[in-house]
Amino acid sequence: MQSIHVRTKINGQAAEFLCEPRQSLLEVLRDVLRLTGTKEGCNDGNCGACTVEMDGRIVPACLVLGAEAEGADILTIEGIAEGSALHELQNAFLEGAALQCGVCTPGFIVASKALLERNPDPSEEEIRFWLANNLCRCTGYDKIVRSVQAAAEKMQQETTS
Amino acid sequence: MHWIDYYRPRTLEACLEAFAEHGASARALAGGTDLLVQMRAGRLANNVVVDVKAVPELNEIRYEPGVGLTLGAAVPCYRIYGDPTVRREYPALIDSVSMIGGTQIQGRASVGGNLCNASPSADAVPPLIALGATCRVASVAGEREIPVEDFCTAPGTNALGEREVLVSLNLPAPSPGSGACYLRFIPRNEMDIAVAGAGVSVRLANGCFDSGRVALAAVAATPLLVPEAGAALSGQPVGSAAIAAAAAAAKAAARPISDMRGTAEYRSNLCEVLTRRALERAVERAGGTLG
Repeated sequence: MQSIHVRTKINGQAAEFLCEPRQSLLEVLRDVLRLTGTKEGCNDGNCGACTVEMDGRIVPACLVLGAEAEGADILTIEGIAEGSALHELQNAFLEGAALQCGVCTPGFIVASKALLERNPDPSEEEIRFWLANNLCRCTGYDKIVRSVQAAAEKMQQETTS
Repeated sequence: MHWIDYYRPRTLEACLEAFAEHGASARALAGGTDLLVQMRAGRLANNVVVDVKAVPELNEIRYEPGVGLTLGAAVPCYRIYGDPTVRREYPALIDSVSMIGGTQIQGRASVGGNLCNASPSADAVPPLIALGATCRVASVAGEREIPVEDFCTAPGTNALGEREVLVSLNLPAPSPGSGACYLRFIPRNEMDIAVAGAGVSVRLANGCFDSGRVALAAVAATPLLVPEAGAALSGQPVGSAAIAAAAAAAKAAARPISDMRGTAEYRSNLCEVLTRRALERAVERAGGTLG
């Protein structure tokens, strides 16, 4: 089979690419489209480093074929900030030192954003269960959980004020 | 990953034709959480991937009161626990799809895929067996129905012929006075593979167990229906004596191995504990009280 021509939407903009049928969405994002914010960790769905949003659901981009992106709506870490204005989650991760090496961070931010859109005031337990598919080998998670809580609080203040 | 061809049929007919043409060299892609991992590891020799997520019959959730639930084989976990009707009518199914993988995996993984992967520890399978679900299997030659307890034949292998596709799972409508539950044991809080699991369903009438079904995960080469446990419940007063007898039958039926997740002895004991707790919860869900 020839390469597949895929038309999709990435971070709000129409995008098209050619990929081999065997290429994952993760490989397409990084190697074809050069959107290298999405990281490769385990490449088998365990670590969550490659988390992207696809049609409103967070998925591991390593377990999606590039060809499956046809007609889909995809959000990656590159689409989280608005221009130079960081998302509250990104601010909170920076202020709360919720990252060290940073490989897991894009996945955590994309997954946390999806959580706060569904549940603007999650409990610590809800945060930990939602983020259970995201592994971090540096922080021990506490700073990440506290940063998600801080961002949630800030975002709620913004919507009520 | 080795070179593959990718097809995305839009009708069941086209899907079945793809499998008729490519036979053993084709694999169905739903969520890909097992398939793509196994292909990347070089464990599968298929060179055709048939993405079944555009086939309507494999992607529907349809409930008809008095008839039951048709659950398309490719429906991902999040759509199942996001469906208010399924939450109300099949809480045991919700128990399992809420604990498979994490949020991202639940965004992709399907119950049909969990069954086809035929892992002895598959969390979705014991509740399906307990609920009396059947598999709608189709090929260009026709259709057949397979009870879920007969679908897995060995670790990683199932009853599907080379040209066959699992279309949907059909669950009977829950009858009045029925309740079901799935519990598993893992040493962590989430994101782990069952050391053992128990899926149960009961039907209560006039203070007695009218019937019951118990199925176990991760204690045999395939998910295991334990008829002796159901028999221990039938006709007995709802209470701890019948539940203890069913739990003992589950323990006796388990044929576990020892591995890094637990010893055979530990797994057998877990079968008793999990079956008892799951039955207690199922009775509660059925609106019964433990005498």
